[in-house]
Parts: sequence; C-alpha cells; structure tokens
Amino acid sequence: MRGWASLPLSRSRTARTSIFFVVLALVCLAFSDIAVTTANPWQDLMRFFWGIVTPDFFSSAGLATAVLRTLAFAFVGVTIGSIAGFLLALVYRFRIVRTFSAFIRAIHEIFWALIFLQFFGFHPLTGVLAIAIPYSGIFAKVYSEILDEVDPEPRNLLHSRVGALSAFAYARIPDCWEQLRTYTSYRLECGFRSSAILGFVGLPTLGFYLESAFSQGHYSEAGAVLLLFYALIATIPLWVRPRMLPFYVLAAPFFLGDGMPIVWGNVKRFFTEDIVPAPLREGATGESFWPWLSELLVDQALPGIWNTLLLTQMALVATGVLALLAFPLISRHFGNRLSRTGGHVLLVVARSTPEYILAYILLQLWGPSMLPAVVALALHNGGIIGHLIGRQSSFITLRPDAPRGITRYGYELVPRVYPSFLAFLFYRWEIIMRETAILGILGIYTLGFYVDSAIQNIQFDKAMILILVTALLNIGIDILSRRIRKRLALQTMPTC
Amino acid sequence: MLKKFIGLATLAAAMQSYALSAAADTFVFTAIPDQDETQLVERFGAVEAYLEEQLDVDVRYVPVKSYAAAVSAFRNNQVQLAWFGGLSGVQARRLVPGSEAIAQGAEDPEFQSYVIANTSTGLEPMDELSDDLRDMTFTFGSKGSTSGRLMPEFYLREAYGEAPDEVFSRVGFSGNHTRTVRLVEAGTYQLGAVNFKVWESGVEDGSIDTDKVQVIWETPYYPDYQWTIRGDVNERFGEGFKEKVTQALLNMDDPDLLERFPRSGFIPASNEDYTPIEETAESLGLLN
Repeated sequence: MRGWASLPLSRSRTARTSIFFVVLALVCLAFSDIAVTTANPWQDLMRFFWGIVTPDFFSSAGLATAVLRTLAFAFVGVTIGSIAGFLLALVYRFRIVRTFSAFIRAIHEIFWALIFLQFFGFHPLTGVLAIAIPYSGIFAKVYSEILDEVDPEPRNLLHSRVGALSAFAYARIPDCWEQLRTYTSYRLECGFRSSAILGFVGLPTLGFYLESAFSQGHYSEAGAVLLLFYALIATIPLWVRPRMLPFYVLAAPFFLGDGMPIVWGNVKRFFTEDIVPAPLREGATGESFWPWLSELLVDQALPGIWNTLLLTQMALVATGVLALLAFPLISRHFGNRLSRTGGHVLLVVARSTPEYILAYILLQLWGPSMLPAVVALALHNGGIIGHLIGRQSSFITLRPDAPRGITRYGYELVPRVYPSFLAFLFYRWEIIMRETAILGILGIYTLGFYVDSAIQNIQFDKAMILILVTALLNIGIDILSRRIRKRLALQTMPTC
Repeated sequence: MLKKFIGLATLAAAMQSYALSAAADTFVFTAIPDQDETQLVERFGAVEAYLEEQLDVDVRYVPVKSYAAAVSAFRNNQVQLAWFGGLSGVQARRLVPGSEAIAQGAEDPEFQSYVIANTSTGLEPMDELSDDLRDMTFTFGSKGSTSGRLMPEFYLREAYGEAPDEVFSRVGFSGNHTRTVRLVEAGTYQLGAVNFKVWESGVEDGSIDTDKVQVIWETPYYPDYQWTIRGDVNERFGEGFKEKVTQALLNMDDPDLLERFPRSGFIPASNEDYTPIEETAESLGLLN
C-alpha cells in the first residue's frame, strides 16, 4: 500500500508546507464562528451596490475637507516616516535598532491613533504620528534591505581617504535611488489608505464620513465616499509626479486643520499615571499586581490571541486561494483584452479598499461573525497578490503548442509562479495578523476587541499591556514567516 | 533629501500656527455618540447656537466617535462641558476632580432600558426575564453606555446569575441605540437592550417597525443622562461662568430644541444623584 509519504507531492518542501497550512486552516475553521446572521444579507448587499451606483456627493459639506485632510495626514505622516526610517536604516545593523523598528511597526496605525488620542486628543499630531511611527519602522527595514543589496564595488574603488558620508552619497545611494524612490511612492499610496481609515476612530479623514454614512444606512453617501477614495487612489499616477512632490510635501502641513489645542500636562499624566498598572500606582500596595496581570492575561489576552490566530490562519489560506483564482483574470495567457481590463478593475478595487473598510461593510451586511473578516482580508490581500503574480505570469513565454484553459493554468502557469506566490503570501502573513488584531474593534473577538474594551472603560494600563501582547505576537509571526521563507528559499519584494 | 527638510521646517511652522489658533477662548462641548450622527449633529448644532446666544462667548460642538473619546476630551480639557450618560459622567467626574453634574433631563432621574426582541422569536412582554431568552443572540449598545450596556447587564446578571455571554449564544455591541434597534429589527440579533427614550421617539416618528420588533421587558428606574462641566471654567471664562451655563441649560424651553433630545425640560443635578450608577459599575468591574 502506498502511504502518504510516498506521494510525489509530499516530497517537495513547498507542497508539504502548503498542505500543512491548508489543513491548519481547516482545523481553525472547525473551531471558529462562521455565520451569516442578518435576515436579508442579499437585500442589504443590493442596497449597498445601489448606493454605489447612485452616489450622493453633496450630502455632507465636509466631504471636500475630508479629502484634503486625508491627503495632508498621509503626506506629512509618510514624509516624517520616510526620513526617520532612512536614518534608522543607516544604523540598522544594531540589534537594538532592529528590535525597536520591529516593535513600532508591529503596532497598527489605529492602535497608535488610539494611544495618541488619549493625550493629544483631536489634534493633527495624533493623525500624523499614528502614520509616521509605524511607517518609520517599515521604512527602516525596507530601506536597509535595499541599501544592503547595493553592489559594493563602486565603494571599493573609492580612495581610502574619501569620507563615509561622500562615499555613501556618491557610491551607494545612486545605485539604489530608483528602488528607494519606487518604494517610497508605493508607500505613499499605503499612507492614503491608512489616513482614510483613521477617520473610523474620529480623525477628520474620509473614514469619518464613511463610518457615519454606513452606520446610518445612508448607502448613497457611503458610495460617494468610496468612489472619491477610489478616484483618489486610481489617479495617483496622474497627480503624484516627482516634480510636484516637493510642492505637496510643503503644502500638506498647512492642510492638517486645527483640531484642538494640546494640553501638555495630559501627556505627562498619560505616561506617569494612566499607563502604570493600577496595582502599582501611588497609594496601592503592589501586592495585587500579579493577580491583576494574570487575570488580564487569562481572561482577555488568551482568548484574544486564540481568536486572532484562528482568524489569521483562515484568512491567510483564503487569501492564497483567492489570489490563485484571481491572477488569470489579468494574465495575458487567458481571456482577451476586454476580460483583462475587467480583471484589472476588479483587482484594483479589491486591493485599494483597506481591509478595515471591507470588513466594516461586510459586518454591516452579514452580521457579526468571523466570516466577514475572513472575506475582507482575503479580498484585499488576495487582490494584491493576484495582481503581482498575474503581472509576473504575463512575462512567462509558453510554447506555441502549450495546452489551453484549465490545463494551461494547472500545469503550465501555477507551477511557475508558485514560489513567488508563496513568498508574497508568507510576506503578508504578518500584515494579515496586524489587521486581524485591529478588526476586533469592529466587534470580532480578536485582540483589538479587548484593547478597545479597555479603552472604553478608560483603563489604559490594561489597553497598553494588550497592545504589547499584540505587538509581540506580531513580531513572533514575522520571525516565523522569515524562517519559512528562508527554508523554502523564497525571495520577495515588500508589499503593504 | 532637501525637500524633506524643508517639509519638516514647514511642519514646525504649521504647528506654531495651531498654537495660535487655539489661544482664542472658545467654550467647547461634546456629547456621547449614543444615536445616529445626523440626529446628534442637528441637536447639538442647535444647542451650540443657543448657548452662544446665552453665554456671549464662542461655543463649539465637537462630535466624537466613541463614549471613551467624549470622556477623554473632557478629561484632557479639550472640551469643558459634556452631555454624558450615567456611566460616562461618573467616569469623567472621577477623572476630573472639581467637575460637576449641573443639569439633567426631567426624565433622567427615572430612566429605563427596554429589552427588545425580533417578533420572529415569538417572545411576549414579560414581568420577569424568563429562561426562554437563553441561547438567543443579544446585542448591547456601546460598551460604555449606561442604558445600552451597564444597567441591562446588571439586571441580566441579577436574573440569570451568569454573565451575558454565558446566557446568550452570541453577544455583540452595536455601537449606539439607533443601531441596536435596526439590528434587532433586521433579525441580525434576536434581542437587544435599548434606551427607552430612543425607542419611544422612534415608535412615535414611525422609524421603528413594531411588527418586526417589540419591547419584551423593562428595567427598573435608574438615573441617567446629565450635563457635566469642568471645575476650572470660571478661571478661564470669568467669575460666575459655571452658574451662567447652568442657568442657560435649565432655562432651555424652546420646544423644538427639547424635542430633539427628547426631554420635556431640564432640572438641576448633583454628583450624588449618580451614586447608584457608580456602585453598579464598580460591581461589574467597569470602574477601577
């Protein structure tokens, strides 16, 4: 009898890893809460699509301002993030810098915003820092990777008396300038998305209006906000030109708005009182610290971690499946020009809608369970990976007599793109987990749910510990994903 | 690189301009987002105009996205006055020594929550919470709500001797009362807990379909909403300012304005009025 192990498939590491993750996701599925709980999900979905077809751009006078604020927060946040990230990248060889960068990027923009809201309140600084801080961590990592890739030869040819700074500026930067530029502009697009969703926690960006319109069932208003957002993202190549960039960066700080004044005493209070665990504050004896901590970890952190992991694993595999199904839509080996254009539009919409917004919409339409979250994560991330490998597959040249249709897909293309597909998927593993945690704010019982509950109860000490747990979990997944990619010899470029 | 440095310099300049614009003394207030935002913006926009006329200072209403954001803004002195629920008011006054509850709606000392059910459950109005509710799905309003979470949870625990997530098969937080009604009406949740004022005004103006959702249980009375003001407003806006705000709120008699709350009028309030809420919140671990 032929056992499992002797199947040719299972002899490949890649195949074994894939099967392992699929099985793991199925096990997670058995433990998770997947349901459509609304009575008329399709009716609501149709009303939503009808709202998109009949957008109402004039319902809210603030919409134009919201567009401006969304852009301003993104420009300022990404600019500061890229400068700080670049400086960090220069000293990235130090473990402490790497750890610090990994830590700040492990905390989601929305968590950062929730933290700053507690002491800066509705001041523009809250939005700017919420983007700038995690982005510097990401920039630090990617910039340092780009700098490491630079050919050392030009540097070696320089005279030994050439200073470090000149050598850096003339022998290293020119070689990777194009990559730095491409990545930074790509990150700017991510910045627009981050900026938009900050509105969900009360900052004056597009998400603010989207949340209001949606929660009240005003689908035409919600449709208008979404369409504006797509228009903004889709036209980036037209209005974000290298020559215009300095102008935008200079102008952006003036369009952040006033917000409300910062009271600096609040900052001090937050760090010296609010986030100090209650049993350790002045007047407390400190004896109850361990019971306090273990109760927090057992009652909130553990269920939060469990649900976060369940959702992450299911979303990861769903993302993979969707990406593999979606990439032929834009691959030149399938369909015709018209069908590929349609495919491009679909994938652009999927990847430019932040997971948070997708999950929010689907939760409203289908009711609370993990299902809307899995679908949202899979749509967004599957859209990104599908786009990347679809584009890659178009560069593959097939034999003139190559099979067509499903055979072409299964035997010619998938095997060729599979390694880079897996590389992208594992790269996004950590990103999916970051989002999974944050979706808790929408009512799914992942870590974000408990963080939000602690904040709603004005217990920032608990919130900070839970955010810390989230960050550590995320760093853990990051390390694991890097190990797996190394083991399978997968290489990839960064995506956001 | 250069452009980035210029950018940073501009940022610093821009930051300074915020500091200047903030110097003008505007009396800012907020409210917990317990209902649909459109209703809140209309209501508090009208209050803003009314107070500006009465107080002779610039008044601004700032909408927020969560109960905690309202409390934090009050605590951080970014707003000086707030329309809080029972629990958020207690949280805020604990965090800001010297702050006071100054006015409440005439109905607020005897406030109630209703447990509502989708008619497909077949549940009928009951005097005591029955075991028929077990294993159904249930939604509260906001996590920080008094009438949408704190009091209903207290009475549920009292009736069943268990936490809500053990009694019901699924427990959610809709975010606000309007949404709670909508979700139970649509059957997304079978049961929900809602502020009785929001329920009654929705039934009155026809926005609630009572063929699909009905009240099955009413909580006992408890104190709820109130206007709370910071203790340091006199130092900032002049002697007697607190008294002036209190009088303005108590004298609010424009029927249109009152209808928007909806309250029949405003009466004096004190911090002690909310002791029962404080004790309940402590017993549920919602206050440190």
